[in-house]
Amino acid sequence: MDQNSESSGGVRTGVATYVVEAVVAALLLLLGITVVISSWGLGAGWTSDGPGSGYFPFYIGIVICISGAGTLFQALFGKEKNTEVFVDGEQLKRVLQVLIPAIIYVGAIQVFGIYVSSAVYIALFMIYLGKFSPIKAIIAAVGVNTVFFLMFEVWFKVPLYKGSIDLLSFLGY
Amino acid sequence: MEEINSLFHGFAVIMTPMNFLLMVIGIVLGVLIGVLPGLGGANGVAILLPLTFSMSPTSAIIMLSCIYWGALFGGAITSVLFNIPGEPWSVATTFDGYPMAQQGRAGEALTGAFTSSFIGAFVAVVMITFMAPLVAKFALRFGPPEFFSVYLLTFCSFVGMGKGSPFKILASMALGFALASVGMDTVTGQLRLTFGFEEFMRGFDFLIAVIGLFGIGEILLSMEEGLAFSGKSAKIDPKIVFQTWKKLPAYWITSVRSSLVGIWMGVTPGGATPASFMAYGLAKKMSKNGSKFGTGELEGVVAPETAAHAAGTAALLPMLALGIPGSPTAAVLLGGLLIWGLQPGPLLFVEQKDFVWGLIASMYLGNLVGLLVVLTTVPLFASILRIPFSIIAPVIIVICAIGAYTVHTAMFDIWLMIVFGVVGYLFKKLDYPLAPLVLALVLGDKAEDSFRQAMLTSQGEVSVMFSNPLVGTITGLALIMLFWPLISRLIAKVRPPKVDEFANDRPVD
Repeated sequence: MDQNSESSGGVRTGVATYVVEAVVAALLLLLGITVVISSWGLGAGWTSDGPGSGYFPFYIGIVICISGAGTLFQALFGKEKNTEVFVDGEQLKRVLQVLIPAIIYVGAIQVFGIYVSSAVYIALFMIYLGKFSPIKAIIAAVGVNTVFFLMFEVWFKVPLYKGSIDLLSFLGY
Repeated sequence: MEEINSLFHGFAVIMTPMNFLLMVIGIVLGVLIGVLPGLGGANGVAILLPLTFSMSPTSAIIMLSCIYWGALFGGAITSVLFNIPGEPWSVATTFDGYPMAQQGRAGEALTGAFTSSFIGAFVAVVMITFMAPLVAKFALRFGPPEFFSVYLLTFCSFVGMGKGSPFKILASMALGFALASVGMDTVTGQLRLTFGFEEFMRGFDFLIAVIGLFGIGEILLSMEEGLAFSGKSAKIDPKIVFQTWKKLPAYWITSVRSSLVGIWMGVTPGGATPASFMAYGLAKKMSKNGSKFGTGELEGVVAPETAAHAAGTAALLPMLALGIPGSPTAAVLLGGLLIWGLQPGPLLFVEQKDFVWGLIASMYLGNLVGLLVVLTTVPLFASILRIPFSIIAPVIIVICAIGAYTVHTAMFDIWLMIVFGVVGYLFKKLDYPLAPLVLALVLGDKAEDSFRQAMLTSQGEVSVMFSNPLVGTITGLALIMLFWPLISRLIAKVRPPKVDEFANDRPVD
């Protein structure tokens, strides 16, 4: 399992933390401005029957702007600029190894429903990232999903998403 | 002694075989959640919440609160055996717990941890039993300005007592409020901040946020660190348990002190994590063996565990009595109350006696059952951590996806969960605290309502927040908390501050 091997020696390369910090702060600032503008449009003032719909969000937007601007300023011009590496290549690879399949998995749920997608997802994850033999992986994946199926559909009667192509329709749930 | 009567009534309510079974199931699930990376108390309860929709509220809260106790217990197992804190509040437990395990005293450390958790929780529950009805009675006189000032105090406390940049705490909190205001405005019926997306009309459910931020975010972080679990094994046999129990009374001062610290930090939304660090620091300073702390002192396990459990339990007091939770997990439980059609707040003690006292009685029983369950099943849970992460990680992501879907049976929520997961990963890495975001998201509507009502009664005059001594004091305290980072800087100029030796170890949460 390659995630167990620590990134071996060498200089860690990657984006410095303060850059990421600044980008997130800038996004927050942008979000704050959006909230302020749209609450202003809703009526941030005093209407005939009391505070308008945008009254509260307007001030919240201002707080987001202040905190975003403050963090942005600290990140770029602060005394202790954090120049440590935010993620190095190895770490980023590991994170994306989980994140990208997870996004594909959610996309698959949309089409094939939760049970089928989950089984395939768990099996592939085990085979490719865990280096398990396909037979073990498939047994584990099918087993886990059978338990989920029994628990949700049969015992607790909480139907889960079946997707636009329901491959399990023969089960009658 | 009305409380004692009510309490016994509560015991009568919960003493059914079904509730007892739910209690054990809850504890086992909770320990499992506490042990597994990526599943914590808050999102564990959030994921399992939809399963309880069909139960009676009393049974449901018994099971969910037992999951919470279980998660609190579970954190200690990973800290002691694997040096990996399963929860942020068990970081301080690793300082002495792991060295003890390395010396082959894992059983002693675990027994000490579990027992002191139980004691901390017990003291906090006794406090809740007698204090909560009083606080609720007092709060019955509250009007909208008073309630808003309490909300203000809650959120300003995060700024005053939190660790890290005050800007980031504010940002996280305001982001929560902004997300809470998306969707239909409850007063005017106008759509707000939906930007024309139909899916936004429902608003953002905090359960989705909790599952994404804490669940997916945590998995991404664990993945980045490349977790390899290599831990000590532990067996707890009755002999070690009794030997440890014989030693524990010697640390009674530490236990009492840690319980008080925990209760204080739990009621004010300081949370379990700072409480555990504070208790550890105090114990180190005041104990005779203080210099040996960090090398495997039983007292160094007792202090943080007692405080963390006392804080985790005490966080339920403001939730029950005022409807304002003191921690993210308490916030999730509060969300559950709303879903079951109960209105949290002072009226709960008048209108839902069975429920409230059933819950309080279940805290006593749940903790006792929890102690027995964890003492007997540690090897089982420790072996779960030996399952390779490449099986656990996808299964947890699947569980999170199912949990996110079942909240509103909406596919869009699963996408939202992934987005929140990425946000959670970034925020954790950049030291933005997540608790204020979750609490703001839960309380956003109610805080806004009380703000508007307060403003309506005063016709927009902000001075209503100082209109009587009570509301004035609370608002004043809130403002002190809000500007505490600045005030403490001024104080530091006059008098050099004490150095916080655990500043680097304490996580932001």
